[in-house]
Amino acid sequence: MNKPKMVKKTIREINDRISKGQAVVLTAREMIDAVKSMGKVVAAREVDVVTTGTFSPMCSSGLLFNMGQPEPPLIKASKVWLNDVPAYGGLAAVDAFLGATEPSEDDPLNKVYPGRFNYGGGHVIEDLLKGEKVHLRALGYGTDCYPRRTMERDYALEDFRSAELLNPRNAYQNYNCAVNFSDKLIYTYMGPLKPRCANANYATSGALSPLFNDPFFRTIGLGTKIFLGGGIGWVIGAGTQHNPKPLRTERGLPLTPSGTLMVKGDLKGMQSRYLRGVSFLGYGCSLSVGIGVPIPILDEEMAWFTGVSDGDIMIPVVDYGHDYPNGVARNHGHVSYADLRSGAIRVGERETATVPLTSYTLSLEIAQTLKQWIESGTFTLGEAQEHIFSE
Amino acid sequence: MSKTKETLCLTFPPEVSGQPVVCNLVRINDLDFNILKARISPKQEGQMTLEIIGDRKQCRAGMRYLKELGVKITPVAQKIQRIEDSCVHCGLCTALCPTKALRMDLNSREVLFLREKCSACGLCTSLCPVRAMVLETENGIWEAIAEGA
Repeated sequence: MNKPKMVKKTIREINDRISKGQAVVLTAREMIDAVKSMGKVVAAREVDVVTTGTFSPMCSSGLLFNMGQPEPPLIKASKVWLNDVPAYGGLAAVDAFLGATEPSEDDPLNKVYPGRFNYGGGHVIEDLLKGEKVHLRALGYGTDCYPRRTMERDYALEDFRSAELLNPRNAYQNYNCAVNFSDKLIYTYMGPLKPRCANANYATSGALSPLFNDPFFRTIGLGTKIFLGGGIGWVIGAGTQHNPKPLRTERGLPLTPSGTLMVKGDLKGMQSRYLRGVSFLGYGCSLSVGIGVPIPILDEEMAWFTGVSDGDIMIPVVDYGHDYPNGVARNHGHVSYADLRSGAIRVGERETATVPLTSYTLSLEIAQTLKQWIESGTFTLGEAQEHIFSE
Repeated sequence: MSKTKETLCLTFPPEVSGQPVVCNLVRINDLDFNILKARISPKQEGQMTLEIIGDRKQCRAGMRYLKELGVKITPVAQKIQRIEDSCVHCGLCTALCPTKALRMDLNSREVLFLREKCSACGLCTSLCPVRAMVLETENGIWEAIAEGA
């Protein structure tokens, strides 16, 4: 990794080219052939930015909002609900956080198994983006400075003083391919898994996925500007559960779920197409988040990394029937993302149908949209101010 | 003569649901058949999704036979709908679809919905994470999605 580089560019130089409308931008899909045909050194000279994209359920997501004070008397809102979905009110007077997986308060959950989980925090976020009003209810316990006890009002997105999408863990670098070796159907956050390994469910957008294109976080850190939910967002650090030292392939790609991102962005600039409330049968609610990270091609090493193809990506096969719920750290070997895409993989003796969870078409659309933004000069790159440790 | 295949949703009134209707249907009209789904409600009404295979004339005669017995027939194609604007083509619905009416196109990476293969079992309606698959009943679209669709 520390060989002297033949090509050296800075983010400032790339941004100058973007502002002049001269930057050469490829999607991560287009970059595969570019590196194959030109080689990494020429590709690094020719290409300035590679855009990535993913659209997948990302449970560790939510909305940090300020509802503003009602007509006097003022309130310290300690319990807060949006459309009957509880939000966390243990912040300053009218700040609260709504988590994507929080179900509606009267949801029957898994009492009638498998539960449907029709409405939760993720759905509230989508409704706000669709221009719908949500019903806010808050309770205060009453203080000398905040005497009001109750507050109830309908809010459209623009009525919030601020509404910030704040996601503690997004864009997982690699993820398990889930199978079920038990003899009964199970319902998981990876979808339904039929007994005796009859289907294998997998996530990530493969070669389009942001963190497969910069496996050591050379260009991604606090201050990286990204496509988030159809608007502008920012990487603000490593996500929760970030694993900086995973086992890797020769190419440097992690062999297990490893790196993660914490991101934020102004919800008021986002679009419901790229932030969708989702319901997983028997598991719960979540939010599908669209994220695209631009990777600056600073040198031939970054060209090489962004030339990653689906065949290079190795995904661990994990049993969710027994191993995962019992915390058994074991996998049943690895399969390539290209194999997963083909519709069937071999697990041990049997052929198993593969089922994706990540929308490839929307992932590609995000990479293409980000490419257009950069080509048109409206989106310049943010320079990471603090790097995320990964080796 | 070429064979046709009809997939039918049948509703049996209580007085018929105890009779060997399907047995007679296929014997009298010389049809092949495949039961995709069958249940009897607590009120003794029967519901069945049935595939019949035979030449066009036989199929029509079979359907006439069912109607004469008071069995209500709804063509299955109208039963499950996909709200196209809502579908994100993730592919999760393909996990449980028993007839492979929902399957991933490996080139376009979009989910194909082959209506002619759909047995209207309804599994996809509760499985689809964004509720893009809806079941249409006599009372309109089931699943709360109708508005805005």
